[in-house]
Amino acid sequence: MLADFGFTAICLALLCSTYAAVLSLAVARSPQHRWLASARNAAIAVWPLLTLACFCLTYMIINEHFELEYVSRVSSRAMPWYLKATALWGGQAGSLLFWSWLMSTYAALVMLRDWRHERDMQPYVIAATMATLAFFVGLNVLVENPFTKLWIDQFGQIRAGFLAPPGAQLFTPIDGQGLNPLLRHPGMIIHPPMLYLGFVGFVIPYSFAIAALAVGRNDSVWIRVSRRWTLVSWLFLSLGLLLGGRWAYDVLGWGGYWGWDPVEIAAFMPWLTSTAFLHSVMIQEKRGMFKRWNMILIILTYALVIFGTFLTRSGVLSSVHAFAQSAIGPLFFIFIGITFTISLILLFRGWERLQSENILNSWLSREGLFLLNNLLFMGILLSCFWGVIYPIISELTTGQKVTVGPPYYERTTGPQFAALLLLMGVAPIAAWRVTTARRLGRIIWKPTAFSLLSPLYGLANGVTNTVALLSIWLASLVFCVTLYEFYRGASVRRKSTGENLFKALWDLIARNRRRYGGYVIHLGVIFMAVGIIGIEMFQTETQGTIASGEQLKLGDYIMIYNDTVEFPTEDNRIITRATVSVYKDGEFVAELHPRRDFYVDSQQPMTIPGLYSTLESDFYVLLINWKPISKQGATFKIYLNPLVSWLWFGGFVFILGTLIAAWPDNNNPRSGQPKALPANRSARVA
Amino acid sequence: MKHGLNSWSIFRTLECAALILLTTFSSFGETLAQDNQPTDDEVNAIAKQLYCPVCENVPLDVCGTRACAQWRDNIREKLADGWNADQIKQYFSDQYGVRVLAQPPTQGVNSLFWALPPFAIVVSWFFMLRLIDNLTRKRPSGSHSVINLGDTDDYKTRLERDLEQWR
Repeated sequence: MLADFGFTAICLALLCSTYAAVLSLAVARSPQHRWLASARNAAIAVWPLLTLACFCLTYMIINEHFELEYVSRVSSRAMPWYLKATALWGGQAGSLLFWSWLMSTYAALVMLRDWRHERDMQPYVIAATMATLAFFVGLNVLVENPFTKLWIDQFGQIRAGFLAPPGAQLFTPIDGQGLNPLLRHPGMIIHPPMLYLGFVGFVIPYSFAIAALAVGRNDSVWIRVSRRWTLVSWLFLSLGLLLGGRWAYDVLGWGGYWGWDPVEIAAFMPWLTSTAFLHSVMIQEKRGMFKRWNMILIILTYALVIFGTFLTRSGVLSSVHAFAQSAIGPLFFIFIGITFTISLILLFRGWERLQSENILNSWLSREGLFLLNNLLFMGILLSCFWGVIYPIISELTTGQKVTVGPPYYERTTGPQFAALLLLMGVAPIAAWRVTTARRLGRIIWKPTAFSLLSPLYGLANGVTNTVALLSIWLASLVFCVTLYEFYRGASVRRKSTGENLFKALWDLIARNRRRYGGYVIHLGVIFMAVGIIGIEMFQTETQGTIASGEQLKLGDYIMIYNDTVEFPTEDNRIITRATVSVYKDGEFVAELHPRRDFYVDSQQPMTIPGLYSTLESDFYVLLINWKPISKQGATFKIYLNPLVSWLWFGGFVFILGTLIAAWPDNNNPRSGQPKALPANRSARVA
Repeated sequence: MKHGLNSWSIFRTLECAALILLTTFSSFGETLAQDNQPTDDEVNAIAKQLYCPVCENVPLDVCGTRACAQWRDNIREKLADGWNADQIKQYFSDQYGVRVLAQPPTQGVNSLFWALPPFAIVVSWFFMLRLIDNLTRKRPSGSHSVINLGDTDDYKTRLERDLEQWR
């Protein structure tokens, strides 16, 4: 009954979204038409319908309705309720429904905004958002129905289908298979929703861009209106990537956070284009340049979001993150083709209209350096895209399977990331329009001098790796320049207003959250870069089999194996837990419990590390699960990951910066937009 | 007879000595072989450059499948036999295909894989710079900046203008 209710809600959602998309396009030329209101209402109605469907499915998962194929596949009686709730996005059909629900939430919020100033764009925004939504809801209705039931026919064969086959009866298994053990982690409660929120959010700025192209606008209104949507989506996508990294660090048991897995890269690619977009739109708003480029970037971001979803769900790529093989692949392919073609047609139709209003006066100007930043983002994107699709191309054309692993990505993207870091250090101090090398040098020499201290400190401490020293210097340079920018701004305001330095700094940030939020994001990136440099260039590891009382040594650390216990848990796991004592420079620092969790229902083992974390390094120990584990002997793998805590700390700073940049201004509801000043207006000191 | 006994005893003495020597050397050889057993770290150093053929995109040093455990044992044996890393990787590549390598080889069809990215990056940059915005072409006289930026070089003025404009 509940399943029928849920499926009816999805069908109605498909009907409403299709109706809204078609109707809004039909009345697009006369947007004041009352039918537009009808299309808007239909678009809003999708949200409660999909909420209802999600509620039905979650209720059935939590209450163990194993007669649903989806529930029996992703849930089991032994699972705690909070994991059952997360099983909503633990499988293909449920996660597609969840994806659509999040999309409908964004869409409903957009529909409820004040459209008075952008009435002409509204029909196209409705059409683009609802067409995307209709595609995803359609997948749930036609291919991946989460409310499909299990039936048993007169021959005892179990079949899946929404309607009963002739002569069959509803079949309810005693228990379900349970969620994939990799997904039974606290990080999984929040990582997928964050990633999906990031992914689906980019549909909104894309829709505004398409609307601007369709109505023939060549101004920056679409950017201004969708800026906060873009920032919020970017924030969630960044959070999703970070949480994914932390989940990999805690669960996958390879001692790292990022394995250049195709699905990781599929999520990273829209982040690259959207980051380039967030930089590039500033040039359009400030100088009326890069209009075409910004359109291309947002179209690319949208296409990569759909492409990433396709890669993860079609089964075309194998990955620890991917869903199983599915029939939805070709449909995704067609949808990407159609949307991309329509977008390009609209773009080329308005190509001449989107000409830049200004020329690039100097490569050392801020817009010149932002352009270089965009070139580098595109270079990294191309490197990643090629690495992801090459195995598919190779298999299709030559029948040869190949793996593209970390060495390729590190070799191709490493220098480009280094160049990006350098730009992050230089661009903030460059002026708009014209900057000379002399002027840049005059400002940058002080932070540069300070930044040289860190590689010198590295050299003094025995670091001889040139790439590592260069990376450390680049990170320090950006750090010093960013702090110097804060200091310069606050000092000027202090002199002007007589405030103390901290008050001046606070006011400075409050008055230009976009700019200084951006600088805080840069600081976050630097901290993250420090963590990445630490683990990528200085990680050490050892593995050994030792008996109780024996020790393994790595760097300044000694680990002594004490004991092992094995016990079952209520959620049907058998845990083998070792106890080890960790000593640093001869002093006891921690007792750790690396363990192996064996999931009885799915017959899969999981390796959970023991972790002693400091700002200096992480002592990360794994109990190797493919070797015998007893007091007489157990095999441990130890990683020493220098500076990796800075990666997670940098993530927090990064999020803080994004929140500062996106935070609405109470005094000015249409904040975040540049206000054109009269040409001869003199600067006013507040 | 006496002479014969002496010869016999010499023969027996030599035989015993040979046996002792043989036993000693064989146990010494065993000890040597044990000392030459590669460590887990040496095995992992090579295993992390190879990929599991069963669970795609999982490096061999962290894969828990039985097949991978056997592969690691295989690497250990090869190392004990004196093979180097390149020979071992080549052996696995010949046995199971190039997919076990962490990256495509630089020869044959796969050379395209390595040649294309730099080319594509340069072409895309050219496309961006030349075709998208015609950045260096002069605009018609009516064109103007969205925001008047002024020509001042004074940091204070620029900062205040920024604060004013981007509120």
